[in-house]
Amino acid sequence: MTEAPLYGLMAEFDNPTDLVQACKASYAAGYRRMDAYSPYPLEEAADAIGFHKTRVPLVVLCGGILGGTFAYLLQYWINVFSYPLNIGGRPLHSWPAFIVPTFELTILFAGIAAVVGMLGLNGLPQPYHPVFNNPRFSAATKDRFFLCIEAADPQFDRIQTQRFMESFNPRDVSEVAD
Amino acid sequence: METSPESNATPVLERLLPDQPAVLGPGHTMGTVTDKITAIVLRRPMTLGWLGGFVIAFTMLNMLVLAVGYLFFKGTGIWGINIPVGWGFAIINFVWWVGIGHAGTLISAILLLLKQNWRNSINRFAEAMTLFAVACAGMFPLIHTGRPWLAYWLFPYPSSMGVWPQFRSPLVWDVFAVSTYATISALFWFIGLIPDLATFRDQAKNPWTKRIYGLLSMGWRGSARHWKRYESAYLLLAGLATPLVLSVHTVVSFDFAIAIVPGWHTTIFPPYFVAGAIYSGFAMVLVLAIPIRKFYGVEDMITLRHLDNAAKVMLATGLIVAYGYSMEAFFAYYSGNFWERFMFLNRATGPMSWAYVMLILFNILIPQLLWFRKVRMSPPMLFMVSVVVLVGMWLERFVIVVVSLTRDFLPSSWGRYTATRWDYMTFAGTLGLFFTAMLLFIRVMPSITIFEMRTLLPESKVQEEVAAHD
Repeated sequence: MTEAPLYGLMAEFDNPTDLVQACKASYAAGYRRMDAYSPYPLEEAADAIGFHKTRVPLVVLCGGILGGTFAYLLQYWINVFSYPLNIGGRPLHSWPAFIVPTFELTILFAGIAAVVGMLGLNGLPQPYHPVFNNPRFSAATKDRFFLCIEAADPQFDRIQTQRFMESFNPRDVSEVAD
Repeated sequence: METSPESNATPVLERLLPDQPAVLGPGHTMGTVTDKITAIVLRRPMTLGWLGGFVIAFTMLNMLVLAVGYLFFKGTGIWGINIPVGWGFAIINFVWWVGIGHAGTLISAILLLLKQNWRNSINRFAEAMTLFAVACAGMFPLIHTGRPWLAYWLFPYPSSMGVWPQFRSPLVWDVFAVSTYATISALFWFIGLIPDLATFRDQAKNPWTKRIYGLLSMGWRGSARHWKRYESAYLLLAGLATPLVLSVHTVVSFDFAIAIVPGWHTTIFPPYFVAGAIYSGFAMVLVLAIPIRKFYGVEDMITLRHLDNAAKVMLATGLIVAYGYSMEAFFAYYSGNFWERFMFLNRATGPMSWAYVMLILFNILIPQLLWFRKVRMSPPMLFMVSVVVLVGMWLERFVIVVVSLTRDFLPSSWGRYTATRWDYMTFAGTLGLFFTAMLLFIRVMPSITIFEMRTLLPESKVQEEVAAHD
């Protein structure tokens, strides 16, 4: 047991309130390299482990601006310089007609940025992760809540941390192999 | 941690009026919600009913392959289209299918932003419906071009021919609108699926099933950090998809409104097309939801409350559509324009007046039944009204496309239009494509969003007063 490299210790809870309390207590005790796992989005858990801001909205904004600018400039360049066509005597730079593709590509680029940005920042797709080594963890996508304190945390101590985690009255505390 | 007085209240899912059905039946926990929805795919054996439905749908899909195959071989001459009616069934079906897709986006995006959490159990299959409806719709302009293998010419790409698309044409706008809509719908649908696919991965017993869902779920593990970014991205996608609900059918209506054909050239088109789209879309949602809840025993998840709400949305959008029709008639009279007046009289009393009469009956008169709570609470009645509305919305596009084109300005250029058997086969074929895809989807994907159903349970809320003592 002790020779195997350790990823961390994982506590299992059966309700979100206990998980959030444990997260808050661990954060207060100085642990930082930890993560909470829940079967549905739990804003309170992210706040409790000190994760308050995401950069996803910034990525989406950049995507939207890029898409809109690209679409408008593309149409402008095509219709005014590269391939000018006289359509019923309308001006070559007939901007109201360009609004529709500009709008659509703004949405398209922003939407793709949202998805790619979210997955990229989350480090997904990720085929292997140590938390899956805990056989009980399969309930994390059903009805159980987990807190994992990683061995890489400077405060982590195999015995002390286990005692600390057991003080939350979890259903189970188990080691997670790396 | 600071808590506001409101958040100290005990979590109440919702306040119900007397005799109002709940959004989620009583007695559910996170475990039972998960088990029930995963069992539909992972535990339930294939039933004879599903197989029967699949055989019918798949046969119709093969008819589509046949019809389109012959079309590629012979050209669009096998259809009933000719001058003056160059659009015919292809454009009618295109508009009809795109419209149906709209309800899915409305449910998943707009109702999410409005915090209407009753949407949680119907949004997944409504999004799938959008995706498949847009796939059916997108096919029609492609095959209508006559040379679908050259359809990529519509995209602006640096071609060796040195030509570019003409961006002042609504047909090019359509390419952008529909392809953006299809892409965003697919992304929205897939992002919503990831946590549920992870549930499938963890619940599956068969190692291959586990592997496939594992691949699709991309290693999702429900980390709090991931959920935070996920919620942020999901909300932003909903915000981005919201203007699409309004814009796609607006752009589709521009195909008509930018033209000078009498009966098309009106400013009322964009809003009334969008309302009609949502109208027919909710009708299709009901046509799908009513059998699904019955055959898969999920009447406690897709409850009468959902049917009631969907019926109310139909009633409201149906009245907007009725307003659109009356305004068309009013404009024809009030504009003093000879051609507009003639167009309206021709619609109502001309050789194809049967279509207009049926349209008014199916789209305006019969749906008024939805004012009665008894009808809204009766799934069979609701199903029938929905089918009537779907037929009515198809007739609406038939009246707009065909009646206006058969008699435009000069009597010397008037004509008649009759669809051929290939037209009917292609249309029925896309219904086959749609239902084949829907049936397969129900068998292999979670057709109800599991993780959002969990948030409907009171036990999913963090009890703040306990945390405050800490």
